[in-house]
Amino acid sequence: MVRRAFELAGFVVVVAIVALAPRWVSDFRAFQLASVGVYVIAIVGLNVLTGYSGQISLGHGAFMAIGGYTTAILMAKHGVQDLWTIPIAALVAGVAGFLFGIPALRLSGLYLALVTFGIAVSFPSLLKKFAGLTGGGRGLNLFGLPQETGGGVSVHVLGHELTNNDWLYYLTWTVAGVLFVGAWLLLRGETGRALRALRDSSVAAASAGVWPALYKTLAFGISAAFAGVAGSLLAISVAFVNPDTFPISLSITVLVGAVVAGIGSVLGRVGSYVGPLAGASLIVFLQAYASDFLRWIEKGIPLHADPKAPGVPAVIFGLVVIVVMLLFPAGVGGVLDALTSRVSRGLTRLRV
Amino acid sequence: MTALLELEDVGARYGDIVALHGVSLSVEEGQVAAVLGANGAGKTTMLRAVSGTVRRSGSIVFAGRRLRSGPESAARLGVAHVPEGRGTFGELSVRDNLRLGAYTRRGGFDEDLERVRGYFPWLDERRDQQAGTLSGGEQQMLALARALMSRPRLLMLDEPSLGLAPKVVADIFRIVRELNELHGLTVLVVEQNARVALDASQHAFVLEVGRVAVSGASAELQANESVRKSYLGY
Amino acid sequence: MSQFFQQVVSGLASGGIFASLALALVLIYRATRAINFAQGEMATVSTFVAWSLVHHGMPFWGAFFLTLALSFIGGVALERVVIRPVENAPVLTVVIVTLGLAVLLNGFTSVEWGSEVKKFPSPFPTRPIHVGGVAFSIQDLGVIGVSIALVVALGAFFRFTKLGLALRAAALNPEASRLVGVRVSWMLALGWGLAAVLGAVSGMMIAPVVFLDPNMMQTVLLYALAAAILGGMDSPVGAVVGGLALGVILNLTGAYVNFIGGTLRLPVALAVILLVLLVRPSGLFGRAAVRKV
Repeated sequence: MVRRAFELAGFVVVVAIVALAPRWVSDFRAFQLASVGVYVIAIVGLNVLTGYSGQISLGHGAFMAIGGYTTAILMAKHGVQDLWTIPIAALVAGVAGFLFGIPALRLSGLYLALVTFGIAVSFPSLLKKFAGLTGGGRGLNLFGLPQETGGGVSVHVLGHELTNNDWLYYLTWTVAGVLFVGAWLLLRGETGRALRALRDSSVAAASAGVWPALYKTLAFGISAAFAGVAGSLLAISVAFVNPDTFPISLSITVLVGAVVAGIGSVLGRVGSYVGPLAGASLIVFLQAYASDFLRWIEKGIPLHADPKAPGVPAVIFGLVVIVVMLLFPAGVGGVLDALTSRVSRGLTRLRV
Repeated sequence: MTALLELEDVGARYGDIVALHGVSLSVEEGQVAAVLGANGAGKTTMLRAVSGTVRRSGSIVFAGRRLRSGPESAARLGVAHVPEGRGTFGELSVRDNLRLGAYTRRGGFDEDLERVRGYFPWLDERRDQQAGTLSGGEQQMLALARALMSRPRLLMLDEPSLGLAPKVVADIFRIVRELNELHGLTVLVVEQNARVALDASQHAFVLEVGRVAVSGASAELQANESVRKSYLGY
Repeated sequence: MSQFFQQVVSGLASGGIFASLALALVLIYRATRAINFAQGEMATVSTFVAWSLVHHGMPFWGAFFLTLALSFIGGVALERVVIRPVENAPVLTVVIVTLGLAVLLNGFTSVEWGSEVKKFPSPFPTRPIHVGGVAFSIQDLGVIGVSIALVVALGAFFRFTKLGLALRAAALNPEASRLVGVRVSWMLALGWGLAAVLGAVSGMMIAPVVFLDPNMMQTVLLYALAAAILGGMDSPVGAVVGGLALGVILNLTGAYVNFIGGTLRLPVALAVILLVLLVRPSGLFGRAAVRKV
């Protein structure tokens, strides 16, 4: 009971901070935070897959690409308003994920990782091949299209005028919040328990009456739908898509973010929303501030590396993953969950 | 006679389950000692403690040296452990299995092979055969041969009779006795088949629930009806 | 018809490159049951090291062998530092660690050497040679030769040396290996060292063709994975056969199937992986795994 109170309070606090943040930060920062929101969605989706049903995917960048390109094609070629493309992107990516989930049933952990890795690596070629649909290597430009809400300049919402970046911020975080609560509703109770039983042993789960096949493919579909939404929002934010918007490294990046966030955090617990926040922030801000970080390190340890080199964020990223897996395999989320458990146990004892 | 192997208050656990509760015993050099007891009494775990393949507490002294906790050190000092299930490398050839037995030896492979071939002459013709395709009895002999390749001072056998026909079991124990009598090889044999083990050994320990319950000369234990009935089941 | 032979030979050459990397993957898989997703990036680092050596004036073959030695040491060091702590962790943990390693190495390469594309020298002349009226590239034949030499050397090592036997034993049955005195943990490190050497060869053979840049081996890794799966993830023979077969398949489908052309090679590799895993998961030469219930 105490723990539940904690978790609810925590969630309310986070929602409040997210709602009020744009007032205190610069316009550019709002754009960065909007990107954080995008990655949060992708990471939560990946947690549904890996943490809940125990299937690993190294190819979620491809599902993001499906969502992003769905949005772009609908906007650029069929005149659909950007907001309406989001649920469609979710559906398309979700169906793709569900369909992929069917043959994926035959593949166990390692081999599934391999196949999804293969998808991530070969997807850009497919995008380039079907250039008639996707705009090939040049991609599709969405900037200035009438389908963009606010025309890329400013948006009127509830009597307020928001800058484009603030609008993007509220859009992504509202969607993130809705999806998170939706996932929580879906996965607490029966469905969630079934999936977690599956993760631990499909044989045991099957003998307990759970249909592994249905739940596992469903998990893939839901997870892919989340990624699709993330991709769609990404396309809307940068107003442009081409194969390089969704490179091989994106799949790895999202996985790394999920690992740092903590795989397996039960939705609703503090770790399940703070974790993805940490993971997504790492992704976005490391990219932006790696060179500053390196300069700061160089004050203590002389490394003769060029701080502006594009590889620096990757090096730090890789190090973070390794360190997290070696020392805190449950990630930020796991650490926080353990902490809140301990604190609430202590408080419960005090009350008695 | 000096004790070749001395266990003092050795404990071992698998996670939360305690398998050994403080086992103390000693095996003299040149002796064949049997370790008997029911299933789950800790016999296999005791051998594992000596060969270093299970985490343990307490002190184990072999040939005057304290054995470190990790694996592989016992093997290098001259302890050959033939585990339950033989420990043969099924996918490798008979010859490769023997080569592995001699892993800790530097050189002298051919002489060692000669000696071993003396006890198991049939190994020569089967040298390229995949070890996994040998019969149960042959695999046990191969495991024994492999152990001998390292010229051990202590040979530890875990349930050598398991799943084998009586004649094969008799053959194996005859070879063990010969090795002991002619070459002074010290042997520690864990067995469920108490009768065969007592026949072949000079001293015996009975383990019960991870502790040494009875210890004495094999002949005396065999003659003692109450011990036989309560601990050995016959 | 001559185009067919040319495509086959050139397919065998690229297949040889895939086979080297596939062998590395199989080596590590046999020992740890995990796939090392950093294998490609390790090879990239080795290739850049070779480039630096040549750039500073070392003759090619000198740099080649020195790189192999350095790669071996690097592989052993990586295993001891990064993999050893997770030796007994679940396989997926190890996979994620190797992914992190891949990211780290990729970044390191572009920091240390920059991301502009570089030329890598080839030890083989680029002239064609004419056999039976068909022109073959000496480069291709040279690569095939190096691959063969590598496979033979490795095979001899495993078959005839004590260490090779110990390595095989440790991978097959770590428990029994410990009992005969094999230091299983160090065998793992040795395996990583050898895998690094194999990867280095792979990288140095492909760099003259595709030019050297930090992302060079990402696609080669996928081809190597497909080759290993095709041949059977636990079979070294399979890795070689799978690699050669895949190289030829890619070239022939690229040359004769218009839709695929040169642009859909990666999806073809993915299709091979999917096909094998769904139809015959143990590959051509692998052992079928029995799932213990």
